[in-house]
Amino acid sequence: MSPITQAQVERACFELLKSASTRLPPDVERALRRAFEEETSETGKMNLQAILENVRLAKRQCIPLCQDTGTPIFYFRIGTKADLRADLERAARKAVRDATRLGFLRPSIVHPITRENPGTNLGRGVPWVSYVPLREKDWVEVVLLLKGSGSENMSRFTVLDPALGVEGVKKFVLETVIAAGGKPCPPIIVGIGIGGTSDGAMNLAKLALLRPLGESHPDGSIARLERELMEAINETGIGPMGLGGKVTCIGVKVEYAYTHTASLPVGVNIQCWAARKASVRLRSEGRR
Amino acid sequence: MGEFTLSLPISGKDVRKLKVGDVVYLTGVLVTARDRAHHRILRFLSEGKKLPVRMEEGVIYHCGPLARKEGSGWKIVSAGPTTSERVDAFLPQIIRALRVRAVVGKGGVRRKTAEAMREMRCVYLAFPGGCGALAAQRVKGVKRIYWSDLGLPEALWVLEVEDFGPLFVGIDTKGKNRYEEVKREAVRRLRSR
Repeated sequence: MSPITQAQVERACFELLKSASTRLPPDVERALRRAFEEETSETGKMNLQAILENVRLAKRQCIPLCQDTGTPIFYFRIGTKADLRADLERAARKAVRDATRLGFLRPSIVHPITRENPGTNLGRGVPWVSYVPLREKDWVEVVLLLKGSGSENMSRFTVLDPALGVEGVKKFVLETVIAAGGKPCPPIIVGIGIGGTSDGAMNLAKLALLRPLGESHPDGSIARLERELMEAINETGIGPMGLGGKVTCIGVKVEYAYTHTASLPVGVNIQCWAARKASVRLRSEGRR
Repeated sequence: MGEFTLSLPISGKDVRKLKVGDVVYLTGVLVTARDRAHHRILRFLSEGKKLPVRMEEGVIYHCGPLARKEGSGWKIVSAGPTTSERVDAFLPQIIRALRVRAVVGKGGVRRKTAEAMREMRCVYLAFPGGCGALAAQRVKGVKRIYWSDLGLPEALWVLEVEDFGPLFVGIDTKGKNRYEEVKREAVRRLRSR
């Protein structure tokens, strides 16, 4: 069996960038169609109609859905039995450079202090790359998230007193969503990480966004929390684009980790309606 | 809910007709600006320097377009709105100094900017966020680009638009602010949970 090659990974990364920036995952598109049906506010409905029209246009013309093509974040899930002969980070960087040059990504990445823009979307730590080992598997999965900053800027983290419990978690999430209002481009998806330590909770919040919308958490108590929060968020009336309406949120995803007895960390990561994520599984050349 | 098609520049009379909830389409020339450009506009104003493009009584579009080079010019590929609140601190002064007629963006602005809008008869118009492909359809051409040293998304793009919209009036010249109302109601509902 031939190994997974550099060229194969580069091609896969580029295709992911191109498809994520120009088309929505089917679960998200379905949820937006349902939102359009359910919305009763006239302004809200018109905004959802514009969104659906935008999705159609971007797909048909193969152009980016949103001009903010976000920060490219790659998760490489690597089977411990995969025959991998590629430098994954190098492949991701090459793909980002090419996708930017060809106009699938806007050059949005700058130095955090000087604000200098290299024009390539490349810099220290960008694209963000992380690696997850998969026991016994012989393939590599590449997962890409293009995270726009309108929604990313609404991220919040806190450590609650454990005594505040699940009600405290809900209150924090609802306050975060209300403070964000129309800024993260609702209808939103809310990713929540509970437990771990500070960075862990934020990481879980982002990983939660990668789960398909239709699927609730396998843990019953977490699934219930997701449902209850979804209802409560839609009861705020913030609505599409913060202009008022029934549909504020098309998904709530919670991930958790055990935590210290003195802590109740909560991370919230909001995703705009344009949830641009894509993934591909790589096997040895020819078996993809 | 009224629907209006207006040509740019918008007259003072036309802007006063617009009410929260109305839908507007714009035809003419508008200028994009985001974080760094607002900062520089203020600096130019305080130093008494002339701006590279006429912005008096114009429309500021909070947008950092995605464009492809085509021959000697640029083709706008995706050009939806960016979050207005990030430049909120700069807006009252800019609106007053340039007598801006409309700010186009997403997410609304804070109270002090809304007050400046009421005082100067300026409206806030929201383009559906994330709809960059749709917005690009309504951009007929790029007339000029200034301040590209700020990075392409942060530059001033002078865009020729046709039936640019749908734009939703979020704040009108009477000071009615849809975002404030929605947020106040959301907080009330949260408290009564």
